[in-house]
Amino acid sequence: MKTFALAGNPNCGKTTLFNALTGATAHVGNWPGVTVDKREGVYKGGAEQAAVIDLPGIYSLSPYTPEEVISRNYILDEKPYGIINIVDATNLERNLYLTTQLLEMDVPVIIALNMMDEVQKAGDKLNAAALEKALGVPVVEISALKGTGIKELMARALAMPAERKGSTVLGKALGRQIAAAQAFYEEDGVSSPLFHAVKLLESDELELAKKGAKEALERAAGGEDMEAVIADERYKYISANLATAKVKAGREVLTKSDKIDRVLTHRVWAIPIFLVVLFLIFHLTFSEDLFFIGAIADAAGAPLPSVADLGYVLEDGETLTAAGRTISVFYDGAVFSPGVILFNALDACTSSLTDAIVGAMESAGAAEWSVGLLGDGVLGGIFAVLGFLPQILLLFLFFSILEDTGYMARIAFVLDRIFRRFGLSGRAFMPMIMGFGCSLPATINTRTLADEKERTATIRVIPFFSCGAKLPILTAIAGGIVMAFGVGNADVITFSMYLLGVCTAIIAVLLMRNTTLKGETPPFIMELPAYHVPGFKNLMLHLWDKTKHFVKKAFTIIFASTVIIWLFSHLTWNWHYIPDEEMQNSILASIGMFLQPIFTPLGFGSQLGAYGWVFAVAAITGLIAKENVIATFTTLALCIGAYVGEGTEEGIEEVTGLIAKISLETGISQQEFISALIAFIAFNMTTVPCFAACATARAELPRGKFKWTLLFWLVTSYITGTVIYTTGAWIWPVAIWIAVAAAVTALIVLRNLGKFDICALFKRRKKE
Amino acid sequence: MATKILSDFTVGESGKIVKVTGEGRIRRRLFDMGVTPGAELTMRKKAPLGDPIEVTIRGYELTLRKAEAACVEVELK
Repeated sequence: MKTFALAGNPNCGKTTLFNALTGATAHVGNWPGVTVDKREGVYKGGAEQAAVIDLPGIYSLSPYTPEEVISRNYILDEKPYGIINIVDATNLERNLYLTTQLLEMDVPVIIALNMMDEVQKAGDKLNAAALEKALGVPVVEISALKGTGIKELMARALAMPAERKGSTVLGKALGRQIAAAQAFYEEDGVSSPLFHAVKLLESDELELAKKGAKEALERAAGGEDMEAVIADERYKYISANLATAKVKAGREVLTKSDKIDRVLTHRVWAIPIFLVVLFLIFHLTFSEDLFFIGAIADAAGAPLPSVADLGYVLEDGETLTAAGRTISVFYDGAVFSPGVILFNALDACTSSLTDAIVGAMESAGAAEWSVGLLGDGVLGGIFAVLGFLPQILLLFLFFSILEDTGYMARIAFVLDRIFRRFGLSGRAFMPMIMGFGCSLPATINTRTLADEKERTATIRVIPFFSCGAKLPILTAIAGGIVMAFGVGNADVITFSMYLLGVCTAIIAVLLMRNTTLKGETPPFIMELPAYHVPGFKNLMLHLWDKTKHFVKKAFTIIFASTVIIWLFSHLTWNWHYIPDEEMQNSILASIGMFLQPIFTPLGFGSQLGAYGWVFAVAAITGLIAKENVIATFTTLALCIGAYVGEGTEEGIEEVTGLIAKISLETGISQQEFISALIAFIAFNMTTVPCFAACATARAELPRGKFKWTLLFWLVTSYITGTVIYTTGAWIWPVAIWIAVAAAVTALIVLRNLGKFDICALFKRRKKE
Repeated sequence: MATKILSDFTVGESGKIVKVTGEGRIRRRLFDMGVTPGAELTMRKKAPLGDPIEVTIRGYELTLRKAEAACVEVELK
C-alpha cells in the first residue's frame, strides 16, 4: 500500500481533510519521544487503497519546534510515497512558503487547494491550472469541509510517478551558493541533497551538527548571512510568480470575522465576555441548578417541589419509585445542567448494573468476600472513574469548540500579558482553568503549549486548581469544623481554600521557572485564524478519540490500582476478608497507623491519638478518586463508633462526630485541631491527584519527568500543610516561614544573577 | 523616509519592513511567519492590556509581543 503524508499549515483544514480521507479507520498515537498527536488511517474511497499519515500543522521546516522536526524527519527518513500538501487558497502567500520548502525534497508532492469556495464567495479568482504549471506538481481543487474534489485528489496522488527530484524556487537568486552546498551532500550520497543544502545555507542547527558542515557552509556562503535572504527570496518568488495566480477583486470591506473580532477582543469588553463564556461552560457542565431557576424560585418565595414532594415515593416516604428515579436524573427541586443530567443517567445505569450483578451473586450463594470484591472493588472502582466521563467529555467538547472556532487563540492574545509575568504564555491559561473542572482534560489540553518546560510546569500545577471531586472534601470538613466548634463560616473556608490552591500554583510556577525549569519565556508569535463554525464531524471524532483513550486507561492502570486498594482495605494481615464495618483491622488501617507519625508536622499525625490514622487512610483512598476521602471518613467514623446512625451523603455529621471523639480522647486544643483540619484539606488539595490524573500526567509529561512530578506534589502538599498547621496553631512560626521564604527568594535571585553558586561553594569546601 | 520600530506603532499605522534583527530562534520564527524585509504590514490592534499586538501581514492576522516586535524595523508609508 502506498503511504502519503499530509502536510500543511495549522488552521488550513488539514484535520478536516484527514477525517474526510480516512473516516473511521483513523487511530491516534504519539510520535516517538514527544507528545504530539500522530494520526494514521487508510483511504478506501478509490480503486486502490492508500495509507495516510497526518503530519502536525507547521509553517516551515525549521528546527525549533518539535512539530517541525517531526515532519521533517518523517519525510526524510520514512520516505513516504508522496506528500499531500494542503494549501489554504484564502491565504496563498504564507501557505506556499511551506510548499516551496517541501518541493526541495526528493519526494513526489501534490497540492490540495482547499477553501476555493471561500475564495469564490469573496469574489476573488484563482487559477489552479496556472499554479500547477508554475509549481511543476499536480494541483487539485478541493473542499475538505464538503468533501468535494477528494476522489480526484487521491486518484492523481496515486498516479504520481514514484520518483521526483527536488526543485527550488531560489535557483535564480542563489544558484551558485546552493550548488556549492549541494556538492557537499552529494559527496556523501544522502537523499534530498537540495533540501539539506538550502537548510545548511540557512545555518540550520540540525545541518550544522553534521561533520564538516560548518566548513562547507563557510565555503558556500563565504560568511554571508543567508537566512534572511532565503526567507525573503521565497516570499519574493511567491508573490511574483505564484500569488499572481490569484486575481484580487479588490475589497476593503470588513469581513464577518473582523466584526466578531472587534467585539471579542474589545479593549474593555474582551475580559468580561471571556469570563461569561467561562462561567457558562462550567455552569452547563457542573451546575445542579441550571440558570439558577431553583434559587430564583426560592427567592421569589415559591420553591420548586422536590421529586419526593411530587409524590413519587414509596410508603416509607423516602425511597423513590421507579418513575421518581427517572425524573430525579433531570430534576430534583431544581433543573440540572446537561453535564449533571448525563452524570446522573450514567450513574443510574451503572448502579442498577452493579445491583443486578451483586443481587445475582448473593442469590447464587457466592461468598461474601467475592461479592464485595466484585461489587465494591472492581465494579465500584471502574464506575467511580467512568462516572466522570460524561462531564469530562462535555468539558472537552466546549473547549474543542472554543479551539476550533478560533476563540482560544484570542483568549491567549488577551491574557498573555498577565501570564508572561510568571514565565508562561497566554496559552497556559486554559489548561489551568480547566483544572477547576477536572485535571484530566486540563492535562491533555496542555498540548497547545509549544514549549516543553512551560508544559511541564503547567501540568504540575494543574491539580492545585481544585477539581470538582475535591469539593466534597472541602464542604464536609469545613462543615464539620463549623458544626463541632461553632466557629467560622463554611463558605469562607471553602473559598479561601480555592484561593490557597491558586496561590500555591503561582508560587510553584515562579519557583520552577526560576530553578529546575528555567528557560526564556517562549516567544509568542502566532497566527490569529479567522473565526469559523466548527465542523460537527471533527468535533465528534475528537471526542471519540478522547473516550477511547480514557476508557482504555480506566480499565488498565486505574482498575488495577483500585482493586489493590480495595484488597488492602478489606483484608487482614492473615488474609481474612473483613466487611466495611471492621475496616479498622485491615492492612490499610495498619499502613495508616504506620504512616500516622509522618503527618505530625501537619497536625493530623500522632497528636490525634488512637484514631488519627483515619486521616492517613482517607488520604490514601483519595488516590482512587478524591470522593473517596470523605467516603472513607464516613465508613471509618462508623467503624470506630464516632458516629451512630444511617450515615449522610455530605459526611458533615460523621466528620463532626469524629472531631468530637478525637477531641475528647486527646484533649487537643480547639485552635490546634482546627488548624490541623484545615491543613488536612490543604494537603489533599495540593497532593498527588487521583490515579486517573496521574496516568494522564505520566503520558503527557516528557520522559523521566513523572517521578519528579510525583515528588513535587508530595513535597508541595507536605510543606503547605505544615505551614498552615504551625501558623494556625501557634501563630509565631509564621515569622520562621517568612524568613525561610525570603532566604529562598534571595538565594534564587542571587544565583540567577550569577552572583552566587551553590555548587562552587561545595567544591571550595571540599578543597579546604 | 522615516523608519520606526514596530513596537512603537500606533493602531492603524502601516509600512514596509526594512530590517529584522533578534536572536536565532525568534528571528527564524518571524521569517517563517512572513515577517521578512520587503513585506508590508498594518498594525490592527493592541490587546486589552496593551501587549501583545496584532498586525495584518501577507493577508492574515499575526500576533506578537512588543518584545518581539522590537526586532522589526519598518519604513512608514
